[in-house]
Amino acid sequence: MVLASPVSNLHSAWASRLLEGLPAVTGDLAELQRRGRAALAATPLPQQHQEDWRFTDLSPLTALTPRWRKACPELPSDLPAPAPGTLRLWLDGRGDPLAGVVLPAGLTPLSPAELDGALGHSLAAVGCEHHWPVQFNHATAGRCLALRVSGPEPISLELVSAASQPESLLPLRLLLLLEEQAELELSQVLLGSGSSLTSLVLEAHLGRGARLRHAVIALGEAPACLLGHLAVEQESESRYQLSTASRGWALARLEPRISQLSGAAHTQLTGLQLAEERQVAVTHSWVRFEGPDGSLEQLHKAIADGQGRSVFNGAVRVPRAAQRTNASQLSRNLLLSPQARIDTKPELEIVADDVRCAHGATVSRLQLDQLFYLQSRGIDVELAANLLKRGFCAEALQQLPTAAANWRPLERLLRQGSPLGELP
Amino acid sequence: MILPDAELLLQIVDLHARVDDQPILKGVNLEIRAGEIHAVMGRNGSGKSTLSKVLAGHPSYRVTGGSVLFRGEDLLALPPEQRARIGVFLGFQYPVEIPGVSNLEFLRVATNARRLERGEEELDTFSFEDLVHERLQVVQMDPAFLARSVNEGFSGGEKKRNEILQMALLEPLLAILDETDSGLDIDALRIVAGGVNHLATAANATLLITHYQRLLDVITPDFVHVMAAGRILRTGGKELALELEQRGYDWVDQELADQELANQGAPALGVV
Repeated sequence: MVLASPVSNLHSAWASRLLEGLPAVTGDLAELQRRGRAALAATPLPQQHQEDWRFTDLSPLTALTPRWRKACPELPSDLPAPAPGTLRLWLDGRGDPLAGVVLPAGLTPLSPAELDGALGHSLAAVGCEHHWPVQFNHATAGRCLALRVSGPEPISLELVSAASQPESLLPLRLLLLLEEQAELELSQVLLGSGSSLTSLVLEAHLGRGARLRHAVIALGEAPACLLGHLAVEQESESRYQLSTASRGWALARLEPRISQLSGAAHTQLTGLQLAEERQVAVTHSWVRFEGPDGSLEQLHKAIADGQGRSVFNGAVRVPRAAQRTNASQLSRNLLLSPQARIDTKPELEIVADDVRCAHGATVSRLQLDQLFYLQSRGIDVELAANLLKRGFCAEALQQLPTAAANWRPLERLLRQGSPLGELP
Repeated sequence: MILPDAELLLQIVDLHARVDDQPILKGVNLEIRAGEIHAVMGRNGSGKSTLSKVLAGHPSYRVTGGSVLFRGEDLLALPPEQRARIGVFLGFQYPVEIPGVSNLEFLRVATNARRLERGEEELDTFSFEDLVHERLQVVQMDPAFLARSVNEGFSGGEKKRNEILQMALLEPLLAILDETDSGLDIDALRIVAGGVNHLATAANATLLITHYQRLLDVITPDFVHVMAAGRILRTGGKELALELEQRGYDWVDQELADQELANQGAPALGVV
């Protein structure tokens, strides 16, 4: 007989309470919801004895009591103006984000049949369809924004969501099919405050030669939590460029997972996360090359201050078929307080013999010589430290699409107090 | 220029300092008045660079005795940033690279910190750009360096020009230039020295720290001090530098040994 531990009992109670409050399954995602709920009922919450969750303290998540209620009653009025030429869509997890919207040429919604055929494909390709946060999203998401991107003209799309209501739940489900040579700039802005939980699952398939420039700007205020899976399939000659930046969540866990289906594609991943106070910021990335001549350029940066905890796990899989893969991964971390903690772990699995895979990780404090240099020019120590932090962060935000840059993420990451506060 | 009635800017009395519990400065005495250019020469390890860092307030150095007054104020009691604001400038031997921090923004923040201290208004981005472009000419520096990160990827010569550009913007009363000539080819040396000469006035003073005579060919010092074993062993005019160049530093060792011998069993001699 196996006795359930008190922790798993607590976790089961958390999931059951949530499941009991969900509305009946309905709509295009009914089947997915049914499967997700069954899986959630049968699977305990991840626990720290599981390798992938070893460093992720889930207590900020289990401290929430998300219920099926609208996460943000209406569109906040203080959003920055959308960038010219960018289509902004508001995602509230309930209403149709495309209602009343005229889509630009090259952007078309998927039909229910197409959606049915495509849903879950990328998740399976990157091996995360059974991950708990994905099942959680399946159980709760009632709608999927599914778009096909085609044609020679680059398209700029901005997706904004805000979870602010107490005990609310914001499930976001997205599916993007980029046809051959299609080009998309996707700026996702996720805002979260109060005791809300945002759950994001995005699937994207990049056809041959397609380009996706993707930014995820995740700005929160504890106790709000964020769980996000980004599952991307790349055909050959495609380019996927992802920049993520997060700050302020009690728990933010982002999992970009990319499969180069036949190699010969380019993937660039740039991440920046801040963990302050008692926040937990986690990135687990996973990239697999299924064919030769693929490349990966990855930079992950983190700052941990206060009692914050930052976790980075960067998995790179280079099987025998992936000859001549060229991959580099660098994790750079600033540890600013004696109580803060940083865990960083490259996880390279290389079977092919003719490859270049470089990786490195650094954890340091602010450099004394740099601080003194600035001080010796009349800059006080606090401002000097801020300039150094700014310099550290700026590198990771250089390649944002305009729409994402319009949110002034660098200022929001560095401003005193909440990243959601007003900027000068 | 030596002006007898000029303001006493810096007064160092019997300064002792350590790094990592190793005594480096062992009784430095030095006075610098407005208008003067001083050169401190000496071998590696003689304490010249330590003196410059102690004056600027580097946290790795611990003052264990003596005093430093800047215009009558206890300099050692001030944090590094305040020393800079009241007009003490250290030109670094190895200027520090700061990735991600724009040189222009850095220069503006530094200039404004000094301006506020002098009771002047802060400059906004536009007014500052006008000022910086004017001052760039002092060191014939390419404006493209403004857009780059502070010193990142700059050559040795470009870093030193950037130091003198900072000096031109901050308009210090006392500029301490630590081995500004090191790593410079002859053209860069002339440009950097030209900048220093251009900025020297009757109201400010310069303390050059150098190994070699060649810097003093292009910047004429009023006083030359020879430093050894953490003290100023001898002070003279510019001819002392020429003597060092001709005779090398061996006589310094001899003089130091003679002094130590004389000091044995006798009270310490104050050497100025």
